[in-house]
Amino acid sequence: MADNVTPRVRVPRDAAAGETITIKTLISHPMESGQRKDSDGNTIPRSIINRFTCEFNGESVMEMILEPAISTNPFIEFQAIVPESGTFAFTWYDDDGSVYEESKDIAVS
Amino acid sequence: MSFSRRETILMALGAAAATALPMSARAAIEDAIAAFTDGAEMAESGITLTAPEIAENGNTVPIEVSAPGAASIIILAAGNPTPGVATFNFGPLAGAQAASTRMRLAGTQDVVAIAKMEDGSYAQARQEVKVTIGGCGG
Amino acid sequence: MTMSTLKTAVCGLALLAAPLAASAEELVVNGEIEMITETEPAAHLDGALSTVRSGWTFRTTETKALQMDDFENPAMISVDNGMAAWNTADGAEGKSCADCHGAMEDSMEMVRATYPKWNEEAGEVRNIQMQIDDCRVNQMSAEPYGLDSRPMLAMEAAISSVGRGQVVDVAIDGPAAETWEKGKEIYYTRFGQLDLSCASCHELNYDNYIRADHLSQGQINGFPTYRLKNARLNGTHSRFRGCIRDTRAETYSVGSPEFVALELYVASRGNGLTVEGPAVRN
Repeated sequence: MADNVTPRVRVPRDAAAGETITIKTLISHPMESGQRKDSDGNTIPRSIINRFTCEFNGESVMEMILEPAISTNPFIEFQAIVPESGTFAFTWYDDDGSVYEESKDIAVS
Repeated sequence: MSFSRRETILMALGAAAATALPMSARAAIEDAIAAFTDGAEMAESGITLTAPEIAENGNTVPIEVSAPGAASIIILAAGNPTPGVATFNFGPLAGAQAASTRMRLAGTQDVVAIAKMEDGSYAQARQEVKVTIGGCGG
Repeated sequence: MTMSTLKTAVCGLALLAAPLAASAEELVVNGEIEMITETEPAAHLDGALSTVRSGWTFRTTETKALQMDDFENPAMISVDNGMAAWNTADGAEGKSCADCHGAMEDSMEMVRATYPKWNEEAGEVRNIQMQIDDCRVNQMSAEPYGLDSRPMLAMEAAISSVGRGQVVDVAIDGPAAETWEKGKEIYYTRFGQLDLSCASCHELNYDNYIRADHLSQGQINGFPTYRLKNARLNGTHSRFRGCIRDTRAETYSVGSPEFVALELYVASRGNGLTVEGPAVRN
């Protein structure tokens, strides 16, 4: 697991039923591309987050497949429909098998 | 920045290799497009790609894609060592078939976004992004 | 022209001018912290600059945007880490920073705007990093972070973040005067095979391009700075090193008395700008 991987997520605290909201996510990760060489000329092995998913109450909002061309500390912004009160679940999948999770509750008034 | 003689020679070789790259890079992106579309025709409207005309730094280039009615959108960079950047697959609770992220570009090149629509059709958008190479930058 | 039409004309001009001024790209972070990105030069600059501009004003629209919202600013990950470290006990004394200093937001608000600063007890000018490691070693009996190390930059970024929007006002008189003079001398000394001083690029040629790089005034109110170039926080002294190295010179080392003096002098050139650190730059 890459060191100090910290996910950050911004979701509004509440919304109207059926409202479309904007979600922003940022996770600290070097996203080592596998294209770089160290000072001895050896290729630094690829080590990236390769997949991200967002679900709301178990239903998919979106999935993203990330390639090595995604920048260090991946930032993703997208939109979700909120049909009812519930929980957003965010999951990042690392090349090394690590899984990083974060969740956010939202109240529908 | 300090370079040894050996590194300088290696860089010169690298530059020669880079000159030879476009042909193979072109083939790689054509393959990637074919893998996503199965060779289908692509409309030139229905998808919007927003990227800077000139990126200050190729390490972090903001990009936004939007294609109302898309099931998924793929982003490709024609001039990178490998063309893949990202694929977005939208679920039933997606508020819009749109997303933003930040990508790496190895140099000035075309960025391509292709949407696969719910009805099975395809649409593409293409934009050149110029990447400035630093003069010194410490 | 009658008096009333003149008035109308003047009013018309004023109305026109207002939106233009507003659109002259103001930096407001999180919609609440208003930054001063351009200001009158301090008297001690003695006319060397006609205006003082934050490095933010030299960047592209996309790079500028990264600093306008803490969620878009990747450096805020490090700020979170620095905040956590502030509240965590470390070292043989079992004390955290917060045990002595309380909440960072309260006790550290003015720190970034006033450092480097004369330390009477030590009899020298110190920057924030020196003060942090002094605290760690002598108050906490903890291992020093090391200058410009990742945990150090995270702590410095956190301390800077709570001082954002404060007007930079480093003292250059009294006991700090000697160090400031030394820093000024270094600023105007030509270094390296390329024979460049700080002033060659950042005073005489700011806003020009050196190949593809848009030269800024080299202000340091945005440090520690998240650079797109290396996608991490960068310290002021490491940045000085990079600049001097690019003149093809042997450089001073991080934490050297020369760089502390230069840091004080360069900070003073930005007196009147606001603390932006951790800023986002190229």
